[in-house]
Amino acid sequence: MSTIGLETPVGREATAHHEEDTGFWSWITTVDHKRIAIMYFVAATAFFFIAGLKALVIRAQLMFPEQTLITPELYNQFFTMHGTTMIFLVAMPMAVAFFNYLVPLQIGARDVAFPRLNALAFWIFLFGGIYLNSSFLVGAAPHASWVGYATLTSPEFSPGQNTNFWLIGLSILGIASIMGGVNFITTIINMRAPGMKLMRMPLFTWMTLVTSFLLITAIPVIGVALIYLGFDRLFGTVFFQPAGGGDPVLWQHLFWIFGHPEVYILILPAFGVISDIIPTFSKKPLFGYPIVVYAGILIGFIGWGVWSHHMFTVGLGPIADSFFVAATMIIAIPTGVKIFNWLATMWGGSLKFTTAMLFCVGLLAVFTVGGLSGIMHASAPVNLQQHDSYFVVAHFHYVIVGGAMMGLWAGLYYWFPKVRGRFLDETLGKWHFWTTMIGFNLTFFPMHFAGLFGMPRRIFTYSAELNVDIYNQLSTVGAFIFGISSVIMVWNIVKSWRSGEPAPANPWGAPHLEWATPSPPHHYNFPRIPTVRSREPLWHKQERDEILAVTMPDPEEEPLMPNPSYWPIVLAAAITLSWALVMTGIWWVIALGILPVILATFMWAFEPAFPEGHGH
Amino acid sequence: MRLMRSTAAPSPPVGDRRISRLFFLLALPVLLALAGCAGEHPQSTINPHSDFAEIIHSLYVSIFWWTMLILAVVWILLTWVVVKYRRKSEDEQPRQIRGHLGLEIGWTVGPALIVIAIAIPSIQAVFATQRPVSEDAMEVHVTGHQFWWEFHYPEQGITTANELWLPVDRPVNLRLHSNDVIHSFWVPKLGGKRDLNPVPAVREGQERRYNWLYFTPLETGVFMGQCAEFCGQSHALMMKRVVVATEEGFQEWIDRWFRSEGADFPTEAPLESAGNPLDDRAAVAGSLSANGGGDDAPVAADLARDGGPEAGLNGYGSSADPAVYRTASATFGQDAPGATAAAGLHSEDPLVTRGREVFLGSTCIACHAVQGTSAQGVIGPNLTLFGTRYTLGAGIMENNLENLIRWIQDPMGIKPAVAMPGVDYPGGNWPATGLSDEEVEAVAAYLLSLK
Repeated sequence: MSTIGLETPVGREATAHHEEDTGFWSWITTVDHKRIAIMYFVAATAFFFIAGLKALVIRAQLMFPEQTLITPELYNQFFTMHGTTMIFLVAMPMAVAFFNYLVPLQIGARDVAFPRLNALAFWIFLFGGIYLNSSFLVGAAPHASWVGYATLTSPEFSPGQNTNFWLIGLSILGIASIMGGVNFITTIINMRAPGMKLMRMPLFTWMTLVTSFLLITAIPVIGVALIYLGFDRLFGTVFFQPAGGGDPVLWQHLFWIFGHPEVYILILPAFGVISDIIPTFSKKPLFGYPIVVYAGILIGFIGWGVWSHHMFTVGLGPIADSFFVAATMIIAIPTGVKIFNWLATMWGGSLKFTTAMLFCVGLLAVFTVGGLSGIMHASAPVNLQQHDSYFVVAHFHYVIVGGAMMGLWAGLYYWFPKVRGRFLDETLGKWHFWTTMIGFNLTFFPMHFAGLFGMPRRIFTYSAELNVDIYNQLSTVGAFIFGISSVIMVWNIVKSWRSGEPAPANPWGAPHLEWATPSPPHHYNFPRIPTVRSREPLWHKQERDEILAVTMPDPEEEPLMPNPSYWPIVLAAAITLSWALVMTGIWWVIALGILPVILATFMWAFEPAFPEGHGH
Repeated sequence: MRLMRSTAAPSPPVGDRRISRLFFLLALPVLLALAGCAGEHPQSTINPHSDFAEIIHSLYVSIFWWTMLILAVVWILLTWVVVKYRRKSEDEQPRQIRGHLGLEIGWTVGPALIVIAIAIPSIQAVFATQRPVSEDAMEVHVTGHQFWWEFHYPEQGITTANELWLPVDRPVNLRLHSNDVIHSFWVPKLGGKRDLNPVPAVREGQERRYNWLYFTPLETGVFMGQCAEFCGQSHALMMKRVVVATEEGFQEWIDRWFRSEGADFPTEAPLESAGNPLDDRAAVAGSLSANGGGDDAPVAADLARDGGPEAGLNGYGSSADPAVYRTASATFGQDAPGATAAAGLHSEDPLVTRGREVFLGSTCIACHAVQGTSAQGVIGPNLTLFGTRYTLGAGIMENNLENLIRWIQDPMGIKPAVAMPGVDYPGGNWPATGLSDEEVEAVAAYLLSLK
């Protein structure tokens, strides 16, 4: 019943379908979810290095007390853009790269529901990211922190274009996120293969679904807040301006009503990734599958009711504080349940420590630290001491790097053979893992102490009197080791992309549908759509044989796939331009900027989605 | 430090070197951090000196141990499975177990009970730290500015800046608000932080909503704190000190405040204007019938009430330059560094007289006030008793003649985006002061003589 499908047929080389166009313009015009995924990954990795270098400058500045390596203004720009970039341009799009590549393959679909919309979302993300970073070229990078609290963002305290870059950049990125969310919800709900019931979906697809719902509900909240802020800054409204009766605390509520679900947008994909990887390398099905699914859904729901735990110092009063203490404590329970289920999956299994599995184990070890420090400042009175100190900086890096990023790196090693048909180098992978573990822990663990000893965050320097030099020095050393680990990762990707060891269709003996395709898959994924009868279709001999008989042989005629199109990139450029023109604050310039958007939308609408003669 | 030691990783089982290595590496940062875990930490959050800080600290300690229990369970289980269930041969076929209802209930209910055990005292502490204010509490109005602190004592009619004086063992109720961006009042040894929000304008008859922070300092000493909400370019340089003095010491400080200069000044009744601290201050500052200048009798604020190293000028002993600050047994007015630095500067000193003349004739007084003089500016920090302050520039440097001269000449060079003009460049809406070196020195001498 549970023999492992290591003997699945060979990869792509054996198939004789026609070669795809792989030239430059084919990437620009592609609507293939797999290629879009690769572009997401490459762009997110590039932004990861941009934001990582800023972190290294920050760490260099903080290595010794009272240093003046960079000016306070530049420091503030760097930490603002470090946070903004890491969250909106690295962690989110990196997860979206995985959504894109895997969801159609995991549910037995040929592409996402709206392939051109998918391309549009990618290009908007890329242009939005470039726009946001271009602020450095004009010396006006955002400088009011990634949370952009009013009134520090009001025209009086942030004159110039810095904050405009931030609020317009985030607005543009939000459009891409909402498009992505809509696309994945539609895909997952409507395009599953026969027999792929919801409760048979791989956990990664489940977590994509939950995350997508969070995206389409949370992003509009910050969209509203950003539009209010834009009106305050450009057209003189007073939503957040106390002199006009506006309330700066309103910004915090709006920001965190988005911001807390955002935390789960970052972490749930990683939970999905390791829920798929741990069973494979344990040779055991996921322990408590329905519980892990429900826990994920529950986290998504409760995640909406905890935002004010970011605001315990704001002075909301004891009743509100108590409510958010209780809600936040409750959300720890499903998270803990997931961790115990992963441990139980490994318990009694046959564990193989590939690099992917090492990252999963590493995640369990360090994410738990972040979760537990989270429980500490979920207690409102304790929070009053830890809020906005380096203790919190340590906490959320343990959660976002130790959780979200470690999960995605596990996924990188796990799915790379599928994407490229070649393995990532395991030796370099282990170097990557161990340097990450050392660098990461050395960077962020000492920050707990710096915070407990009273070092606030977002400070460009600290007094020697605080006596926290040693922790900062350890962090700085760790950060550079962490930087080296990232270089090893990229080197591994580049090297293995060119000359990695060839990988078969199902190199790990994994149970899910994406492994029932050649490595790399055909651009149409499945010649015919297989029928699924269980949660681990490739782990049951008879079911596996039936599925592979459908998915592996080359078809008589290739399935019809949508046309490539120039309009997604053109429309994305037009949308980015129209938002960028808002910076002028001149109404007719802004109005004119909408024209290219309308034009590109029309051209898109009248372009046939499928090759001539196959109109739908 | 005792508390910290417990964060070390559980010892790895012997037998598997690679796995031990994982946990050694996990524990490494902890061990390294411990190595540096010595010495004084003047902004320590785990060294409480007020009732408020003590409530938080005891709660933190109990939560800390609960989380360590969970961490130990997870890490031990993880180490166990990683060591025990390592694949020995590719042919292994583990039993295909899909779940266990009892276990699921167990690891839902178990953590739920722990969470309840944490939540109940947390919520109790939420109410305990925001309880109704007692009758004898002293009220102080704290106003945040980019990048300094204003402290107004409505009861005493005093307005001061950056160094908050409090009597020990008397409850204090701080009313917090900001005039520009959000700041946060944080003196870790005296308790948690609370934000200083800009208060929205209200219609007539409506009450403005302020934040409050209520605590009782339990030990004398000088406590360090700094702004804990990012507030712009010089957020990192917005520090403060809280001087907790004996009841007599505090009273002496108040008395001195009214004696400080001695010039007659028209009096008005202190009035509580509708929340505009600027008005407050002008009114209050003008209300003082000050008399009897030049008195520099030492104040009996014996900060070293309890003698030991924890008492007295808490934390200053560990300063990079110990000479900067006097330790323990420092008495206000004698050993305060500003006073020491300006030793010999009395109001009869010609340099001081000259400085007073320059100061009162310059644009300084558009922003700054000195009690009992014609300087009644309300935009910048009130400089009354300036010579008694330990620090200047909102807690960023020792208050001495040399630093003060540097500060007056080039405040923005020391603290970017500060609103104060320098001698040859404007600041905020104010032109350059244009003071000569000689004038700057005289003004500095004058300010340090204010004690």
